[in-house]
Amino acid sequence: MDSLRRSIGRVLALATITMACSAANWLPLESDGVHDPTAPGVKHLQQPAEALKVLPPDTTGNHVRWVEALEKGAINPRDRLFSKAPTQIREDDILLNLNGGMPIVRFPHRAHTLWLDCGNCHDHLFKAKAGANKFSMFAILQGEQCGVCHGAVSFPLTECSRCHSVARSGPSRVPAASPGGGAAPATR
Amino acid sequence: MSRRRATRLGVLGPAALLFAAASLDFVPHAAAEYADVVLNKRAEREGVRPVVFPHWFHRIRFRCKVCHSELGFKMRVGSNDVLMSDIIDGRFCGACHNNQIAWGPERCDLCHTGKPGLPSGIYGGHETGGPGRW
Repeated sequence: MDSLRRSIGRVLALATITMACSAANWLPLESDGVHDPTAPGVKHLQQPAEALKVLPPDTTGNHVRWVEALEKGAINPRDRLFSKAPTQIREDDILLNLNGGMPIVRFPHRAHTLWLDCGNCHDHLFKAKAGANKFSMFAILQGEQCGVCHGAVSFPLTECSRCHSVARSGPSRVPAASPGGGAAPATR
Repeated sequence: MSRRRATRLGVLGPAALLFAAASLDFVPHAAAEYADVVLNKRAEREGVRPVVFPHWFHRIRFRCKVCHSELGFKMRVGSNDVLMSDIIDGRFCGACHNNQIAWGPERCDLCHTGKPGLPSGIYGGHETGGPGRW
Protein backbone atom coordinates (compact mmCIF):
# COMPACT_ATOMS: atom_id res chain seq x y z
CA MET A 1 0.00 0.00 0.00
CA ASP A 2 2.83 2.29 0.98
CA SER A 3 4.68 1.58 -2.23
CA LEU A 4 1.51 2.29 -4.22
CA ARG A 5 1.11 5.62 -2.44
CA ARG A 6 4.75 6.37 -3.08
CA SER A 7 4.48 5.63 -6.80
CA ILE A 8 1.32 7.74 -7.10
CA GLY A 9 3.22 10.52 -5.38
CA ARG A 10 6.06 10.13 -7.84
CA VAL A 11 3.70 10.25 -10.84
CA LEU A 12 2.04 13.38 -9.46
CA ALA A 13 5.42 15.01 -8.85
CA LEU A 14 6.50 14.14 -12.39
CA ALA A 15 3.26 15.54 -13.81
CA THR A 16 3.76 18.76 -11.85
CA ILE A 17 7.29 19.10 -13.17
CA THR A 18 6.12 18.41 -16.74
CA MET A 19 3.35 20.98 -16.42
CA ALA A 20 5.78 23.50 -14.95
CA CYS A 21 8.14 22.90 -17.87
CA SER A 22 5.44 23.28 -20.52
CA ALA A 23 4.11 26.41 -18.81
CA ALA A 24 7.61 27.81 -19.10
CA ASN A 25 7.28 27.92 -22.90
CA TRP A 26 6.27 31.55 -22.72
CA LEU A 27 8.73 33.86 -21.06
CA PRO A 28 7.48 36.92 -19.19
CA LEU A 29 7.95 40.02 -21.35
CA GLU A 30 10.38 41.46 -18.80
CA SER A 31 12.85 38.64 -19.39
CA ASP A 32 12.28 37.73 -23.06
CA GLY A 33 15.39 39.48 -24.31
CA VAL A 34 13.65 42.00 -26.57
CA HIS A 35 11.67 44.06 -24.06
CA ASP A 36 13.48 46.53 -21.84
CA PRO A 37 12.35 45.57 -18.32
CA THR A 38 12.82 49.19 -17.23
CA ALA A 39 10.53 50.54 -19.97
CA PRO A 40 7.51 52.03 -18.22
CA GLY A 41 4.99 50.51 -20.63
CA VAL A 42 5.99 46.87 -20.27
CA LYS A 43 3.95 46.22 -17.13
CA HIS A 44 0.76 47.25 -18.95
CA LEU A 45 1.15 44.76 -21.79
CA GLN A 46 -0.52 41.36 -21.92
CA GLN A 47 1.81 38.48 -21.11
CA PRO A 48 2.09 35.76 -23.78
CA ALA A 49 1.37 32.99 -21.26
CA GLU A 50 -1.95 34.55 -20.29
CA ALA A 51 -3.16 34.75 -23.88
CA LEU A 52 -1.63 31.60 -25.34
CA LYS A 53 -2.06 28.95 -22.66
CA VAL A 54 -5.79 28.66 -23.40
CA LEU A 55 -5.23 27.94 -27.13
CA PRO A 56 -4.66 24.51 -28.77
CA PRO A 57 -1.08 23.59 -27.84
CA ASP A 58 1.75 22.97 -30.26
CA THR A 59 5.33 21.88 -29.75
CA THR A 60 7.01 24.69 -31.63
CA GLY A 61 6.69 28.32 -32.72
CA ASN A 62 4.31 30.15 -30.39
CA HIS A 63 3.32 26.74 -28.98
CA VAL A 64 -0.12 27.33 -30.45
CA ARG A 65 -1.83 25.54 -33.33
CA TRP A 66 -3.12 28.71 -34.91
CA VAL A 67 -5.22 27.19 -37.70
CA GLU A 68 -6.87 24.83 -35.24
CA ALA A 69 -7.51 27.74 -32.87
CA LEU A 70 -9.29 29.56 -35.68
CA GLU A 71 -11.21 26.53 -36.96
CA LYS A 72 -12.42 25.62 -33.46
CA GLY A 73 -13.43 29.16 -32.64
CA ALA A 74 -10.93 29.51 -29.79
CA ILE A 75 -10.05 32.80 -31.47
CA ASN A 76 -12.15 34.91 -33.83
CA PRO A 77 -9.81 37.41 -35.43
CA ARG A 78 -11.33 40.20 -37.53
CA ASP A 79 -10.94 39.62 -41.24
CA ARG A 80 -11.14 43.25 -42.41
CA LEU A 81 -11.18 46.84 -41.24
CA PHE A 82 -12.52 48.90 -44.12
CA SER A 83 -13.01 46.62 -47.08
CA LYS A 84 -16.55 45.54 -47.95
CA ALA A 85 -15.37 42.51 -49.87
CA PRO A 86 -16.33 39.24 -48.20
CA THR A 87 -13.62 36.79 -47.23
CA GLN A 88 -12.75 34.42 -50.04
CA ILE A 89 -12.05 30.93 -48.73
CA ARG A 90 -10.67 28.48 -51.24
CA GLU A 91 -11.16 24.86 -50.26
CA ASP A 92 -8.99 22.82 -52.60
CA ASP A 93 -5.63 21.23 -51.88
CA ILE A 94 -2.62 21.36 -54.18
CA LEU A 95 -0.17 18.48 -54.32
CA LEU A 96 3.41 19.58 -54.86
CA ASN A 97 6.80 17.95 -55.25
CA LEU A 98 5.38 15.02 -57.18
CA ASN A 99 8.76 13.85 -58.44
CA GLY A 100 10.99 14.48 -55.45
CA GLY A 101 12.40 12.13 -52.86
CA MET A 102 10.50 13.43 -49.86
CA PRO A 103 6.82 12.65 -49.32
CA ILE A 104 4.50 14.75 -51.50
CA VAL A 105 3.51 18.18 -50.19
CA ARG A 106 -0.20 18.76 -49.64
CA PHE A 107 -0.84 22.50 -49.67
CA PRO A 108 -4.25 23.23 -48.12
CA HIS A 109 -5.78 26.39 -49.58
CA ARG A 110 -8.38 26.53 -46.84
CA ALA A 111 -5.93 26.89 -43.94
CA HIS A 112 -4.17 29.64 -45.85
CA THR A 113 -7.19 31.60 -47.05
CA LEU A 114 -8.64 31.61 -43.54
CA TRP A 115 -5.80 33.97 -42.68
CA LEU A 116 -4.65 35.48 -45.93
CA ASP A 117 -5.93 37.25 -49.00
CA CYS A 118 -5.29 35.64 -52.41
CA GLY A 119 -3.14 38.66 -53.24
CA ASN A 120 -0.74 37.93 -50.38
CA CYS A 121 0.72 35.03 -52.40
CA HIS A 122 -0.60 35.44 -55.97
CA ASP A 123 1.02 36.23 -58.22
CA HIS A 124 4.18 37.78 -56.87
CA LEU A 125 5.16 34.66 -54.86
CA PHE A 126 3.32 31.93 -56.75
CA LYS A 127 1.61 31.88 -60.13
CA ALA A 128 -2.03 30.92 -59.71
CA LYS A 129 -1.69 27.82 -61.82
CA ALA A 130 -0.89 24.33 -60.56
CA GLY A 131 2.37 23.19 -62.12
CA ALA A 132 3.56 26.66 -63.04
CA ASN A 133 5.76 27.19 -59.97
CA LYS A 134 9.23 25.86 -59.31
CA PHE A 135 9.78 25.27 -55.60
CA SER A 136 13.12 25.05 -53.88
CA MET A 137 13.77 24.14 -50.25
CA PHE A 138 16.94 26.16 -50.55
CA ALA A 139 14.96 29.31 -51.38
CA ILE A 140 12.36 28.47 -48.72
CA LEU A 141 15.03 28.10 -46.03
CA GLN A 142 16.39 31.50 -47.06
CA GLY A 143 13.01 33.10 -46.44
CA GLU A 144 11.60 33.06 -49.97
CA GLN A 145 8.44 31.36 -51.29
CA CYS A 146 6.75 29.46 -48.39
CA GLY A 147 9.62 30.70 -46.20
CA VAL A 148 8.23 34.24 -46.25
CA CYS A 149 5.88 33.07 -43.48
CA HIS A 150 6.98 29.54 -42.52
CA GLY A 151 10.02 29.99 -40.35
CA ALA A 152 9.01 33.49 -39.33
CA VAL A 153 5.39 33.59 -38.17
CA SER A 154 3.83 30.29 -39.26
CA PHE A 155 5.07 26.91 -38.08
CA PRO A 156 8.82 26.69 -38.62
CA LEU A 157 10.75 24.78 -41.26
CA THR A 158 11.87 22.15 -38.80
CA GLU A 159 8.40 20.59 -39.15
CA CYS A 160 9.09 18.78 -42.46
CA SER A 161 6.26 16.29 -42.24
CA ARG A 162 3.53 18.87 -41.76
CA CYS A 163 3.98 19.84 -45.42
CA HIS A 164 5.56 16.67 -46.78
CA SER A 165 2.58 14.71 -45.59
CA VAL A 166 1.46 12.45 -48.44
CA ALA A 167 3.16 9.07 -48.87
CA ARG A 168 4.70 8.60 -52.28
CA SER A 169 2.46 5.92 -53.68
CA GLY A 170 0.10 7.98 -55.74
CA PRO A 171 -2.42 10.72 -55.10
CA SER A 172 -5.00 8.06 -54.22
CA ARG A 173 -3.26 7.98 -50.85
CA VAL A 174 -4.28 11.53 -49.94
CA PRO A 175 -5.37 11.35 -46.29
CA ALA A 176 -8.96 12.09 -45.37
CA ALA A 177 -9.63 15.81 -45.27
CA SER A 178 -8.58 17.24 -41.92
CA PRO A 179 -10.07 20.50 -40.59
CA GLY A 180 -7.55 22.18 -42.88
CA GLY A 181 -8.25 19.81 -45.74
CA GLY A 182 -10.63 20.24 -48.59
CA ALA A 183 -11.99 18.97 -51.83
CA ALA A 184 -10.26 16.96 -54.54
CA PRO A 185 -6.66 18.04 -54.77
CA ALA A 186 -5.13 19.52 -57.89
CA THR A 187 -1.70 18.20 -58.68
CA ARG A 188 1.46 19.71 -59.89
CA MET B 1 45.85 3.50 -18.94
CA SER B 2 48.59 5.04 -16.80
CA ARG B 3 47.61 6.79 -13.61
CA ARG B 4 49.06 10.07 -14.92
CA ARG B 5 47.03 9.86 -18.09
CA ALA B 6 43.92 9.05 -16.11
CA THR B 7 44.51 12.06 -13.86
CA ARG B 8 45.01 14.28 -16.85
CA LEU B 9 41.77 13.00 -18.38
CA GLY B 10 40.06 13.50 -15.04
CA VAL B 11 40.99 17.17 -15.09
CA LEU B 12 40.66 17.86 -18.80
CA GLY B 13 37.34 16.06 -19.23
CA PRO B 14 35.33 18.28 -16.87
CA ALA B 15 37.27 21.34 -18.06
CA ALA B 16 36.31 20.57 -21.66
CA LEU B 17 32.72 20.06 -20.63
CA LEU B 18 32.73 23.37 -18.78
CA PHE B 19 34.23 25.08 -21.82
CA ALA B 20 31.59 23.54 -24.10
CA ALA B 21 28.82 24.66 -21.75
CA ALA B 22 30.28 28.16 -21.52
CA SER B 23 30.61 28.52 -25.30
CA LEU B 24 27.03 27.31 -25.76
CA ASP B 25 26.05 30.16 -23.51
CA PHE B 26 27.47 32.63 -26.02
CA VAL B 27 25.11 31.46 -28.74
CA PRO B 28 22.41 34.16 -28.77
CA HIS B 29 19.24 32.92 -27.15
CA ALA B 30 16.09 33.11 -29.20
CA ALA B 31 14.14 34.02 -26.13
CA ALA B 32 11.58 36.40 -27.61
CA GLU B 33 8.15 35.06 -28.44
CA TYR B 34 8.10 33.51 -31.92
CA ALA B 35 7.66 36.17 -34.62
CA ASP B 36 8.19 39.20 -32.40
CA VAL B 37 9.33 42.06 -34.63
CA VAL B 38 11.70 44.77 -33.47
CA LEU B 39 11.37 48.09 -35.36
CA ASN B 40 14.39 50.27 -34.89
CA LYS B 41 15.08 51.91 -38.21
CA ARG B 42 14.43 55.32 -36.71
CA ALA B 43 13.26 54.92 -33.10
CA GLU B 44 16.55 55.17 -31.25
CA ARG B 45 17.93 57.76 -33.60
CA GLU B 46 14.89 59.84 -32.65
CA GLY B 47 15.49 59.26 -28.96
CA VAL B 48 12.93 56.59 -28.06
CA ARG B 49 13.23 52.87 -27.39
CA PRO B 50 12.76 50.47 -30.32
CA VAL B 51 9.22 49.18 -30.95
CA VAL B 52 8.40 45.54 -30.20
CA PHE B 53 5.54 44.29 -32.38
CA PRO B 54 4.14 40.98 -31.08
CA HIS B 55 2.62 38.95 -33.93
CA TRP B 56 1.03 36.52 -31.42
CA PHE B 57 -0.99 39.29 -29.77
CA HIS B 58 -2.24 40.72 -33.04
CA ARG B 59 -3.13 37.46 -34.78
CA ILE B 60 -5.49 36.54 -31.97
CA ARG B 61 -7.47 39.65 -32.92
CA PHE B 62 -6.82 40.13 -36.65
CA ARG B 63 -6.18 37.84 -39.60
CA CYS B 64 -2.89 38.36 -41.41
CA LYS B 65 -4.58 39.99 -44.39
CA VAL B 66 -5.92 42.93 -42.39
CA CYS B 67 -2.43 44.35 -41.96
CA HIS B 68 -0.67 42.65 -44.84
CA SER B 69 -3.31 43.42 -47.43
CA GLU B 70 -5.60 46.26 -46.31
CA LEU B 71 -3.01 48.27 -44.39
CA GLY B 72 -0.15 47.62 -46.78
CA PHE B 73 2.50 46.15 -44.48
CA LYS B 74 4.95 44.24 -46.65
CA MET B 75 5.85 40.78 -45.36
CA ARG B 76 9.53 41.48 -44.98
CA VAL B 77 11.21 42.95 -41.94
CA GLY B 78 12.79 46.28 -42.75
CA SER B 79 10.82 46.85 -45.94
CA ASN B 80 8.14 49.01 -44.32
CA ASP B 81 8.84 52.68 -43.74
CA VAL B 82 6.52 53.52 -40.89
CA LEU B 83 6.72 57.11 -39.65
CA MET B 84 4.95 58.45 -36.56
CA SER B 85 3.34 61.03 -38.86
CA ASP B 86 1.79 58.14 -40.86
CA ILE B 87 0.45 56.58 -37.69
CA ILE B 88 -1.01 59.87 -36.45
CA ASP B 89 -2.69 60.27 -39.85
CA GLY B 90 -4.29 56.84 -39.51
CA ARG B 91 -2.01 54.84 -41.77
CA PHE B 92 -0.24 51.57 -40.87
CA CYS B 93 -0.51 51.01 -37.06
CA GLY B 94 -2.64 54.16 -36.91
CA ALA B 95 -5.55 52.40 -38.61
CA CYS B 96 -6.27 50.78 -35.24
CA HIS B 97 -4.02 52.61 -32.80
CA ASN B 98 -6.29 55.64 -32.81
CA ASN B 99 -7.94 55.43 -29.36
CA GLN B 100 -10.94 53.72 -30.95
CA ILE B 101 -9.82 50.18 -31.70
CA ALA B 102 -6.59 50.31 -29.67
CA TRP B 103 -4.57 52.84 -27.70
CA GLY B 104 -3.61 55.99 -29.58
CA PRO B 105 -0.26 57.21 -30.86
CA GLU B 106 0.30 59.49 -27.85
CA ARG B 107 0.85 56.42 -25.66
CA CYS B 108 4.51 56.21 -26.73
CA ASP B 109 5.56 53.96 -23.86
CA LEU B 110 3.23 51.11 -24.76
CA CYS B 111 4.86 50.37 -28.14
CA HIS B 112 8.36 51.71 -27.59
CA THR B 113 9.30 49.02 -25.08
CA GLY B 114 12.32 47.43 -26.78
CA LYS B 115 15.79 47.02 -25.37
CA PRO B 116 18.05 49.85 -26.52
CA GLY B 117 20.53 48.72 -29.13
CA LEU B 118 18.43 45.93 -30.64
CA PRO B 119 18.62 45.88 -34.44
CA SER B 120 15.41 45.69 -36.47
CA GLY B 121 14.44 42.14 -37.24
CA ILE B 122 12.16 39.24 -36.57
CA TYR B 123 12.95 37.43 -33.32
CA GLY B 124 11.91 34.36 -31.44
CA GLY B 125 13.75 31.39 -32.84
CA HIS B 126 12.49 31.46 -36.40
CA GLU B 127 15.83 30.31 -37.73
CA THR B 128 16.20 26.72 -38.73
CA GLY B 129 19.92 26.21 -38.64
CA GLY B 130 19.60 25.75 -42.40
CA PRO B 131 21.49 27.38 -45.24
CA GLY B 132 20.55 30.86 -44.10
CA ARG B 133 22.82 30.35 -41.09
CA TRP B 134 25.53 28.16 -42.58
